[in-house]
Amino acid sequence: MISYPIPLGRPKVGAAGLTGHWRVIKPVIYYDKCTKCRLCVIYCPENTIDLLEGFDVRIDYDYCKGCGVCAQICPQKAIEMVPEVK
Amino acid sequence: MMTVTKHVTAMVGNHAVAYAVKQAKPQVLAVFPITPQTTMLEKIAEYIEKGELKAELIKVEGEHSALSAVYGAAVAGARVFTATSSQGLLYMTEMIYWAGGERVPIVNAVATRALAEPWSIWDDHQDFFSKRDASWIMMMAENVQEAYDMTLQAFRISEDKRVLLPVMMGFDGFILTHTMERLEILEDETVNKFLPPREFNLIDFNDPVNVGPIAAPDDYMRIKFETMKAMEGSKEVIEEISKEYEEISGRKQFGLVECYMCDDAEYVFTTVGAWTGDAREAVRRMRSQGKKVGLLKIRVVRPFPRERIKNVLKGVHGVVVFDREYSYGIGGILATEVKATLYNSGIDVYSVIAGIGGKDVRPLHFQKVMEDVLNGYKFDERWLNE
Amino acid sequence: MSEELIPDYIKQKKVIRQQNFFRGNAACPGCPIPKELDLLLEVMGKKTVLVVPASCSTVIMGDIHGSPSPVPVVHSAFASAAAIASGLSRQLRIRGDDAKVVVWAGDGATGDIGFATVSGAAERNEDILYVCYDNEAFMNTGIQRSSLTPFGAWTTTTPAGKREFKKPVPFIMMEHKIPYVATASIAYPFDYQAKLRKAKNMQGFRYIHLLSPCPPGWRFDSSLTIEVAKLAVETGVWPLFEVVNGEFSLTGVSKTLLDKSKRKPVEEYLKLQGRFAKMSEEEIKVFQEAVDLMWEYIKELVKR
Repeated sequence: MISYPIPLGRPKVGAAGLTGHWRVIKPVIYYDKCTKCRLCVIYCPENTIDLLEGFDVRIDYDYCKGCGVCAQICPQKAIEMVPEVK
Repeated sequence: MMTVTKHVTAMVGNHAVAYAVKQAKPQVLAVFPITPQTTMLEKIAEYIEKGELKAELIKVEGEHSALSAVYGAAVAGARVFTATSSQGLLYMTEMIYWAGGERVPIVNAVATRALAEPWSIWDDHQDFFSKRDASWIMMMAENVQEAYDMTLQAFRISEDKRVLLPVMMGFDGFILTHTMERLEILEDETVNKFLPPREFNLIDFNDPVNVGPIAAPDDYMRIKFETMKAMEGSKEVIEEISKEYEEISGRKQFGLVECYMCDDAEYVFTTVGAWTGDAREAVRRMRSQGKKVGLLKIRVVRPFPRERIKNVLKGVHGVVVFDREYSYGIGGILATEVKATLYNSGIDVYSVIAGIGGKDVRPLHFQKVMEDVLNGYKFDERWLNE
Repeated sequence: MSEELIPDYIKQKKVIRQQNFFRGNAACPGCPIPKELDLLLEVMGKKTVLVVPASCSTVIMGDIHGSPSPVPVVHSAFASAAAIASGLSRQLRIRGDDAKVVVWAGDGATGDIGFATVSGAAERNEDILYVCYDNEAFMNTGIQRSSLTPFGAWTTTTPAGKREFKKPVPFIMMEHKIPYVATASIAYPFDYQAKLRKAKNMQGFRYIHLLSPCPPGWRFDSSLTIEVAKLAVETGVWPLFEVVNGEFSLTGVSKTLLDKSKRKPVEEYLKLQGRFAKMSEEEIKVFQEAVDLMWEYIKELVKR
């Protein structure tokens, strides 16, 4: 473990906090339409869509910023952006 | 003191520093040529070509890149060295603060030279003093011997775990860089024992770190407070290392300040740099005439050794401070700091501004000024301008 | 949060792809930088040091309390990234490490303030991989123009649209005769990763220039990042190519675009972005002509 008088940052998920709080609209996956093409995983700018066993996908709502790229990119239109209601 | 075999030679200042660098065995160097440091760079390149120094010399395209490159190498654990002067020192200023703030051990030899405009290649201390707030340890050499000694000590001081600060070693351009003087060099094994392999590394793939990210205001101020404590603590470390060097070299070293003939002195010169030698000569001449004068040589400019200075000047009537730089509105930088140190002590401070732009200053100038003071000519600030 | 939207059988599944650049960082919604870094670190691996000069990435890399990067990051002054990387790479070789040094710099640090440094490091053929992610302006300080801002684009310092043309940095780097130069676009992630993989296995100064659309800076909805990056390539505005030891070749979709009729008209790219909204017909024609001229030059390079 490096010890040094000047503080050094270390790797951390959520370095800017729970960025899910930033959302105004949120993506919803309709799993019956999903064909497991995984384009949403590849293109999500925030790396917030997890690739699961069997190639299913899951959005990490703790960190999803609601940009809408996944909805725009999905060839089946299986992702819809809905208003974030608190 | 143990018996030491002395190896006596003669070298110009630049070559003496290059020789010290060779003995210190750095891994990475990045130096950009600038008058009057060029012959040091050439000598180092020659050592590497001949295989006497096994190091990478990055022939960078500018001084800003020179300090950046050694900063990068230092972060990954290399012992590093760079050297520059006036305009180059100004060009690398952004990285001077960067390295000082991040407390990365680096040694930078600065051949002092006047700053443009007007364009000049001659010696004064403006460039060196302009970097005094960047949290670097700064020391100035009086002669070629001291330039050699200080370079070796600089590596040791910067890498000391209680310090971890970059060190700047200043020596007067042309006056020391290009003047040949008697030099006693240490044996390679002695230097190897004095400078063990460096133990500093921030790049460890099993513990990945973020070096130098943004710091919010609370964090920033806390970091600077710790740096201040480190600078204060480094004073003792410098004196300790100075003592150790004295043992291995067989030559007296003086730590932060040296007071020459100060014990019963009524008036004392205060100088930094090569003209300390001229002041010494003036003191000797005046002492032979029975005048009670002395010389306070400040070896380490940062951290400013105010406690040592207050101590050695006890009982003195007045101090004549010679400045080779100037701060408009307040006066010579060294004079201002000495005045602040001697606040409420009752000791008078006479400020003399001389040698700016390389204007020649000799023992007779020192002597004349001191005689004026002894004859009752009191002044606040005086420029030796004729 | 929002857990009721996920069916139970999905909630129970295990994650099979690790994060190579952590989520929950300070990037704007729709900013491709975290994805670009994730793709880069997937190829480069754990033994990588990132050198990051002043840029949006400086802020994205977090502060002393946490960083989204799983590899060491050395922050650099604006102009010095290539120089710090040079020193780092030399020392890593000296200490027997085969770790990769990657500069992750924006267009400002590369084409403007750090241009001399990049050119110097390229001339010395330093063993580093230099990736310039190009969002075509000084975005971190609030969308001021850089030399890589394209003709006609609105920025806060060119409110009537930039008069000058985009500095052709990839071609300039090619003229330095370095081992590898490539351009990439985040809309073609596998092409980007193939180039990274090729560069990773080479020595010397390797340069990759990545087009990185910026929703707040280019004035488009955050969902269109990939669409904009795709159209940049399909209209020929951003050619995908690589130069391996002096040999030039187009890659991906750009291979088909030497024929002007195959290139979509630039309007399709320009109309999606608010920064080009005030461009006149005349200016769009000038833009189109500049793109066509660049493709004439590319034809010459391909023939060599």
